[in-house]
Amino acid sequence: MSADCTKAESDMASVTIPAAISESTIARNAQIRMRKRKRFVLASQLGTFIFIIGSWQIMADYKIIDPFFFGSPGGIVFRLYDWAQNGTAYGPLWLQVWVTLEEAILGFCLGVVTGIIFGVSLAEFPLLSDILGPYIKAVNAMPRIVLGSIFVIWLGLGLPSKVVLAAVLVFFVVFFNAFEGVRSVDRNFISNARILGASRLQVIRHVVFPSAMTWIIASLHVALGFSIIGAIVGEFLGAQQGLGLVIATAQNNFDANGVFGAMLMIGIIALGAEAIMGKVEKRLLKWRPRAASDQTSAGM
Amino acid sequence: MPDASNSGGRVEFTGVTKRFVTPTGAAMTAIRDVNLIVEPGTFCAVVGPTGCGKSTTLTLAAGLERASGGSVRVSGHEVDGITKGVSFVFQTDALLPWKSVLANVALGPIFRRVDKHQAHAEAEIWLKTVGLNAFGNHYPHQLSGGMRKRVSLAAALINKPSLLLMDEPFSALDVQTRAIMSNELLRLWEKTRPTVLFVTHDLEEAIGLADQVVVMTAGPATVKAVYKIDLPRPRGDMQEVRFDPKFLDLYKQIWESLREEVDRAYARTTEISSVKGVSQ
Repeated sequence: MSADCTKAESDMASVTIPAAISESTIARNAQIRMRKRKRFVLASQLGTFIFIIGSWQIMADYKIIDPFFFGSPGGIVFRLYDWAQNGTAYGPLWLQVWVTLEEAILGFCLGVVTGIIFGVSLAEFPLLSDILGPYIKAVNAMPRIVLGSIFVIWLGLGLPSKVVLAAVLVFFVVFFNAFEGVRSVDRNFISNARILGASRLQVIRHVVFPSAMTWIIASLHVALGFSIIGAIVGEFLGAQQGLGLVIATAQNNFDANGVFGAMLMIGIIALGAEAIMGKVEKRLLKWRPRAASDQTSAGM
Repeated sequence: MPDASNSGGRVEFTGVTKRFVTPTGAAMTAIRDVNLIVEPGTFCAVVGPTGCGKSTTLTLAAGLERASGGSVRVSGHEVDGITKGVSFVFQTDALLPWKSVLANVALGPIFRRVDKHQAHAEAEIWLKTVGLNAFGNHYPHQLSGGMRKRVSLAAALINKPSLLLMDEPFSALDVQTRAIMSNELLRLWEKTRPTVLFVTHDLEEAIGLADQVVVMTAGPATVKAVYKIDLPRPRGDMQEVRFDPKFLDLYKQIWESLREEVDRAYARTTEISSVKGVSQ
């Protein structure tokens, strides 16, 4: 390394040879290239969006596709504006959004907490997991969405039936990951903690749970999507408010723009939730090595 | 610092046998009829062929496993559950990747329900002792292998163990780092003087570090011979002690004894694989 440096310096001193490009120039060039690429990607993404939406609009305008069945971007915006101004058939649009969001969030939290509790305790007591294993597999194999009907019968058209449906969907995803996460904890970590004097609860708190956390967090992304699905489907099956009901009504009225409009709202909610989830994940997993190049290779 | 109270850290194996049941349901004897005494405050290295059951002696002394027969006594007490006053350094480091270096070292006191502030202050001191006080806020993955080993040592010694169990602790390190770590270990050991039971397959390392070297037979392992290493202490640089004529003499002697076992273990594995090859 140092030999290279002195060589470069001597090269620069003797002007006859074209001067070696300095490191700062290389770095600057690389940065410029990176910025250019970033801008290109962004412009292309925007272009793709305009192309798709634009051709949809044009095809609808020229009746190449029937706007009655396929709607049109303009129609969707108009429908959303109309809802925002005059409210839906079930009250203001924001109320519908909030109802669905509330059901999804409550279902998510309930499912995650119970999933973690059951996953961790079943993995901690192998006998219990051996006994309950087949039943859990059987329940998991069932298409759980149909449970929604039972929940509507049991809990009525209000919030609880949707929360429970969302929670059930979330539960199994989180449960299996928590279970697997606990079982894959490095045995050395546990032995070491026990030798250092940890009680069983301390082992769970300091070793097992954080270790399983990687698995659990991986499941939260899927779980989040499931909680929204649970809330919406629950509303399809029977509700008095919510985006699912709005979609179901639009469907009954052959209002394609209405279906797409509500879909767009759900998409925005899901994206927002996903972004928050990403932040949370980053915060919780900040101890993980990001990339090989990021690791400081500090010597002895 | 631990007071080297007289029976503290004394290890006594009397006729110890350990059998395991493999997942397929077959029983397997890891060690049989092991007799071994390690006096308090001394450094004992255990060498033997790969896979012979050396590590089992450590898990028995730590109380992670119970002996199938015979008696294991540490500090005068029959081992029954996790042994008090021991620390363990594993081959692959057992540092928790989600805790900072400082929090990892502080685990011992935290588990003993020492107040968090005080635990961290103690950990701070131990990090300084191993020369890593500047790295307390780093995560383990940000350190090199040698540095992680030093953190492991600090995390083990913070509990002031009277018995330190080490299972091939440096075998994953490169040769140069390993030599440095051996010196570091001796320095720390001379400072705190716990009893050390050190399992290794590296005879040079064993003789360089230990007061006595125990040679174990090919599995099921039992004690074949015990050699006193009367090289003067402090040993100084591991790299140089190797050229001491006394060292070479001991090396030759112990290697003679060890080689038979290594050959036998090797012959057995090749035998098994050739038999398997025929039957397939």
